Amino acid sequence: MRQALSVGWTSMRDALHAEWTKLRTVAGTSWLLLAMIALTVALSAMAAATVHCPTAGCGQDPAKVSLTGIQLGQAVVAILAVLAISGEYSSGTIGITLAAMPRRTTVLAAKAAVIGGVVLAAGTLAVLGSVLAGRLILPGSGFTAAHGYPMLSLADGPVLRAAAGSVLYLALIALLSLGVATAMRDSTTAIGVVLGLLYLFPIVAQAVSDPQWQRHLQQLGPMSAGLATQATINLGSLPIGPWAGLGVLAAWAAAALLAGGLLLRLRDA
Amino acid sequence: MTAGTSTPYRSGLRTGRDGFAQLLHAEWTKFRTVRGWVIGMLAAALVTVLVGLLGPAGSCEGPGGQACKPSAPQVGPDGEAVTDSFYFVHQPLAGDGSITVRVTSLTGLYPPNGAVPAGKGPLTGMRSGTQPWSKAGIIIKESTRQGSAYAAMLVTGSRGVRMQYNYTHDTAGRPGAVSATSPRWLRLTRSGDTITGDEWADGTHWTKVGTASLAGLPSTVQAGLFVTSPDYVVTTQSRSFGGSSSTGGPTQATARFDHVSLQGAWPRGAWTGDGIGSQAGGGGPRLSAGFRQAGGRFTVSGSGDIAPAVAGRRGGGSRTIEDSLLGAFAGLIAVIIVATMFMTTEYRRGLIRTTLAASPRRGRVLAAKAIVLGSVTFVTGLAAAAVAVPLVERLERDKGLYVFPVTSLTELRVIAGTAALLAVAAVLALAVGTVLRRSAGAVTAVIVAIVLPYILAGASVLPAGASEWLLRLTPAAAFAIQQSMPEYPQVTASYTPNMGYFPLAPWAGFAVLCAWAVLTLGLAVVLLRRRDA
Repeated sequence: MRQALSVGWTSMRDALHAEWTKLRTVAGTSWLLLAMIALTVALSAMAAATVHCPTAGCGQDPAKVSLTGIQLGQAVVAILAVLAISGEYSSGTIGITLAAMPRRTTVLAAKAAVIGGVVLAAGTLAVLGSVLAGRLILPGSGFTAAHGYPMLSLADGPVLRAAAGSVLYLALIALLSLGVATAMRDSTTAIGVVLGLLYLFPIVAQAVSDPQWQRHLQQLGPMSAGLATQATINLGSLPIGPWAGLGVLAAWAAAALLAGGLLLRLRDA
Repeated sequence: MTAGTSTPYRSGLRTGRDGFAQLLHAEWTKFRTVRGWVIGMLAAALVTVLVGLLGPAGSCEGPGGQACKPSAPQVGPDGEAVTDSFYFVHQPLAGDGSITVRVTSLTGLYPPNGAVPAGKGPLTGMRSGTQPWSKAGIIIKESTRQGSAYAAMLVTGSRGVRMQYNYTHDTAGRPGAVSATSPRWLRLTRSGDTITGDEWADGTHWTKVGTASLAGLPSTVQAGLFVTSPDYVVTTQSRSFGGSSSTGGPTQATARFDHVSLQGAWPRGAWTGDGIGSQAGGGGPRLSAGFRQAGGRFTVSGSGDIAPAVAGRRGGGSRTIEDSLLGAFAGLIAVIIVATMFMTTEYRRGLIRTTLAASPRRGRVLAAKAIVLGSVTFVTGLAAAAVAVPLVERLERDKGLYVFPVTSLTELRVIAGTAALLAVAAVLALAVGTVLRRSAGAVTAVIVAIVLPYILAGASVLPAGASEWLLRLTPAAAFAIQQSMPEYPQVTASYTPNMGYFPLAPWAGFAVLCAWAVLTLGLAVVLLRRRDA
């Protein structure tokens, strides 16, 4: 019997398999992933179609424009990740999950790996779609070589970094949401907290009168810092560097997962 | 053993009534007895105030170490913030009288790059050209004090002849530019508190352009010629998250006047020339304001503006009262969570079947829920906003920040409007929760629909046109109700969403959110009736 021999590694593999089966067979998953890709590409394409660059040096960042849809797509990613754990609490399957897999940290780690992997895959599609839309639409909006903008291409280092960074951004948002939802248990509260964390920092940063505080808030906010990875021009004026920004988001995600994991271990399910 | 009939049991309780009041009472009982919802509402009020308190937080120094204490605008006769700086060639006028003048030219100088080259004299590098709202003409003013009441007849750079008074009022006269071959005759007549502005438009008789009633005008006023020219503004898109920024520089206008004729009790003495306010806006170098008089001809140069002040949301430490209500976004998220749960929890726990069994008219159930939720949210929002606005304003003033003054009616509209916005958003969330029956999707849909357009419009990525459409069509339009500073056509400024100006009027923007709520509520009623619970 395999269970008799089960050591850490095997149980992790089982946990991954179990989580993958759960995620795969829940009705909402494929719809949410499709919606995420569609909404991301749609908003990106709309942004690319509305932004105009009439003259050289119009100051617009074509990569950032064509990745605008991430700001909408992340909300769907948050739903997916929150439901992965809150769904278990609301339907009561968490009891069965934990009975079958008593190592709770392993359960959470497996969930994080599966959700992260799925979002990485779907996020890659969404980002590729957005970049393709930008590549097709932006030249018509004045982003031409004559105005100092070569065609958007992933062969270009900063653009590749913006695209890959956006995929990582979505995956980190999924982990952050999973951590928050594990701590909160209830899906409504969890999704509200996640969206609040994401959307409130940029708004509150506007309200602060002290420019230093404004900058710090933008450096601290998971969305405003994480999306710094989308910038390809004028990096010096960013409140935080592209990779440092993703690092801030990763720290948020790690803190949320840690808090969720601790509460999962300490509390009754 | 008695073979009597047994009386069936009758409850001593009265039979329940199914009136709407009972339904309201039932929903209110549900709301108030769930601890999480009550805590959620209290949290909404709390975060609204606390996030608002972040506004005046921090030190009062900019990145360069300069104090963020701004140059405070003047306060006009109606209590609003105004700009009042111009070159004034004046004499006292006692009692009633009139002044007539012919304007033969209006020319100007402006800094082409939005900044005056330093150190080479004030006018070096300036290009010739007037601003659209460069002004020259005649003015009757309470005194030479900045912010005092006035009425003026003037020609502008490219907006034709206007009659303006008390900063906010503006009436158009004949369009077209002024030149030696096409001069403009202007006349101002004072009679008591009433000042009439006329223009010799068709070469045969005087045409009235407008009438100003300046209550409390003293019997002796200052009257004469004036010239002013507002700052040249170049708006550049910012590359970071901060939004677009404006740079500009002071401009100067010069006008020639002749045929000055006065009726009434004028001293017939020499004209006095005074620069009212700093004769260069934006703290730039002083331009060469002044006047020359040769025979009956006057050449007057001036700089500045006589106009209402316009708020730039992130400019120079000046604040508007809606800045203190940005916490409402945090409160909004809490309210949306509670409002969605108010419906979706019934589905999750199966309570909806009991609710609908007790009150089979499903539309009325939803109406009762909406009324209870809307009222609770309105009261909560009102309390939070009524605390946040005066408190934050007080802290900001203590800190030396300038807060644009608004009338108490506007302040009331901003506070009550914020509460109403939260209440209608709660009803929208309730309706979306009824339609979707799942809380995670419903909460996300409502938050994204209200908050994301606001963020996208405020970020500098989208052009102003697209941002404005976002704030016309989406529920985020409702934040227009918080806008306390009106848009003035007679002042050139960037009235864009990221400067705090909404494309719709306050109540029109609020109506957009109401329309979304009503439509969704209608859909919710239809679905609630059709579907099995």
